[in-house]
Amino acid sequence: MTRIFLAICVVTSILFSFSCVQKGGDVNTAVATGDTIKVGAYGDTTGATSSFGQSTKNGIQLAFDEINAAGGVNGKKLEMIFEDDQGTPEKAKTVISKLINQDKVVAVLGEVASSNSLAAAPVAQEARIPMITPSSTNPKVTEVGDYISRVCFIDPFQGSVMAKFAANTLKAKTAAILGDNSSDYSKGLTQFFEQEFTKLGGTVITKQTYAQKDQDFKAQLTQMRDQKPDVIYVPGYYGEVGIIARQARELGMTQPLLGGDGWDSPELWKLGGAALKPAYISNHYSADNPAPEIQNFVKAYQTKFNVAPDSLAALAYDSAKVLADAIKRAGGTDSAKLKEAINATKNFAGVTGTITLDASRNAVKSAVVLELDPAASKFNFKETIYPEGMTPPTAATTPANSNMTANTTANSNTTNAATNTNSTANTNTANANANTNR
Amino acid sequence: MDTFVQQLVNGLTIGSIYALIALGYTMVYGILRLINFAHGDIYMVGAYTGFILATSLGFAANPSAFGFVVTLIGSMAIAAAIGMAIERFAYRPVRKFSKMTTLITAIGMSLFIEYLFVFIFSGTPRAFPQLITNDSYTLFGNATISASQILIFVVSILLMIALQYIIFYTKMGKAMRAVSFNLNSAKLMGINTDFVIAFTFALGSALAAAGGVLTAQYNPKIDPLMGIMYGLKAFVAAVLGGIGNIPGAVLGGLVIGAAETLVVGYGSYIGIPSTYRDAVAFAILILVLLIRPAGLLGSNVQEKV
Repeated sequence: MTRIFLAICVVTSILFSFSCVQKGGDVNTAVATGDTIKVGAYGDTTGATSSFGQSTKNGIQLAFDEINAAGGVNGKKLEMIFEDDQGTPEKAKTVISKLINQDKVVAVLGEVASSNSLAAAPVAQEARIPMITPSSTNPKVTEVGDYISRVCFIDPFQGSVMAKFAANTLKAKTAAILGDNSSDYSKGLTQFFEQEFTKLGGTVITKQTYAQKDQDFKAQLTQMRDQKPDVIYVPGYYGEVGIIARQARELGMTQPLLGGDGWDSPELWKLGGAALKPAYISNHYSADNPAPEIQNFVKAYQTKFNVAPDSLAALAYDSAKVLADAIKRAGGTDSAKLKEAINATKNFAGVTGTITLDASRNAVKSAVVLELDPAASKFNFKETIYPEGMTPPTAATTPANSNMTANTTANSNTTNAATNTNSTANTNTANANANTNR
Repeated sequence: MDTFVQQLVNGLTIGSIYALIALGYTMVYGILRLINFAHGDIYMVGAYTGFILATSLGFAANPSAFGFVVTLIGSMAIAAAIGMAIERFAYRPVRKFSKMTTLITAIGMSLFIEYLFVFIFSGTPRAFPQLITNDSYTLFGNATISASQILIFVVSILLMIALQYIIFYTKMGKAMRAVSFNLNSAKLMGINTDFVIAFTFALGSALAAAGGVLTAQYNPKIDPLMGIMYGLKAFVAAVLGGIGNIPGAVLGGLVIGAAETLVVGYGSYIGIPSTYRDAVAFAILILVLLIRPAGLLGSNVQEKV
């Protein structure tokens, strides 16, 4: 009996190793079979940041549906294979291996949280499968290798946007930072906010940290309350931020709370409620922007998924469109050619702005500052801030330029007017203008 | 000074919750010599039950003190039933094997509950409805206390008094003490030990569920993995106070809560960053095990080998 059992074990293990070798053999030459091109996507749909993964999945789905309805790419349909990584770096690594080795996808889209992208990126780089992260902003992500790129701006810029807003618009002299010590995203933002804020003449008087899933922040907040900062910067994710806001207000702290794109989730309003005022975040795009291609996207998304798109959905949509465009330009899915095509993306008109990848495969884009309005559960557009030395998009007209150099507050009405002039003046580049004018 | 008082209030608030959970650990250990690792998850189940009750009975739309009381008692009752069911179907069948078997069953049970809830509710954090108006009251100077903090103190003190009454002044309590003293002798004296054990699980689970609802009222964010850290800290609290010792569990909970809050508040002056908050609880555990293995209030019992 034991012998038979052993024999079965040996036979199956041989079979397994054989099939593994076979699989390993064509990893790098993953070819699209039949009439579909398989694209992998992964994100957190059941973990602590599950609204991020859900939005990303929806954004990609919408983009693929639109592309397929218009005839696909090079006559082939795009097919998304989505894997849930529960928001943990270990799982992210596992699911990206599954997508690449088992499903043989030609490219991967994901993750949102930088820590998860950082865990998965080396797998894609090693297998030489292009990976585009829609919304991981930590600079280290694309430093992993030339197969990793992103369609969003990076944290040195995002951190400086909020520092500029705090120092110039809110006239803050002192700031306190409460960061998430378990996330690369939050650590990066903390560092870059402090750098820029100090450069602009402000002082960061206290820095405190918490860990993801903490429930109580009153100890850190009480310590901050004594130091009376003008603003409090909380570069975290929505789950903790809502509670931090509540507890700060309970302790009688009325300072403006500042944050980043990690706050952008429909759940934020339920968790934070009225405590989320006054509060401002830096983000990738504003759904209020009246530019037609943004409104078309918002409408299409709303009809399909019955919820308003957050910036993560918009970025995912853009990343999918950038990928489709690159496949078209590469004339196929050969991974080396596809990588070259993605990295050569230039002036791609997306929902979140004009996407041009720089030498380190990061998108150079403007950011918007949004003001939170908990009563209406929405983000209101406040101002647009451009990266230093960003050359305005090719056909940028005077209003765009003046916005850029002055960093002034533009209310949505004037933006609207500027957009309209642009689109009538130059229909070809209207999209680009509309986005960067926000 | 008012900052210190504020930090102390913050610390004792979480400490009270740790104490409520620690009581369940300590009671089960006292009776079965079992560390019930699924206990932290019962705390989470309590919070979710409260969430479902409050939303389905319409208290979320019309918050009232009455709604809170119904939610609290309802989720305590349901959690008690779940605690008994876990004991009946997971622990009782393996009780006759070694203690290690039960311990591993407990760990399995804990993971099962966590991921069952991830499966049902997804891991996304939910907002617990605010059932009482959460006003802040000034103690003195800058130090404030919120209504939900007062609620935590009052309810946990009441529950602890009730527990003390049950254990020392009722027949059931006497039976529990007898079983904890010696299970087999108690059986010989005609005590229905299976029922006493089930009752202990029910009692502990109800207390943990109360902790869950109170925390959710204080920090309105619940997720399926919220019980892991609280469970571990409460376990440390139970060991700190002397596992199996009921006043010890309360003392341990308050000490852990205050210690970690003060580390966040004042640690930076002596070079301990606020990130070490969780490390403090476990450092205390290690120190206790080294210096006074029986815990603060525990008595040293010689183990027969």
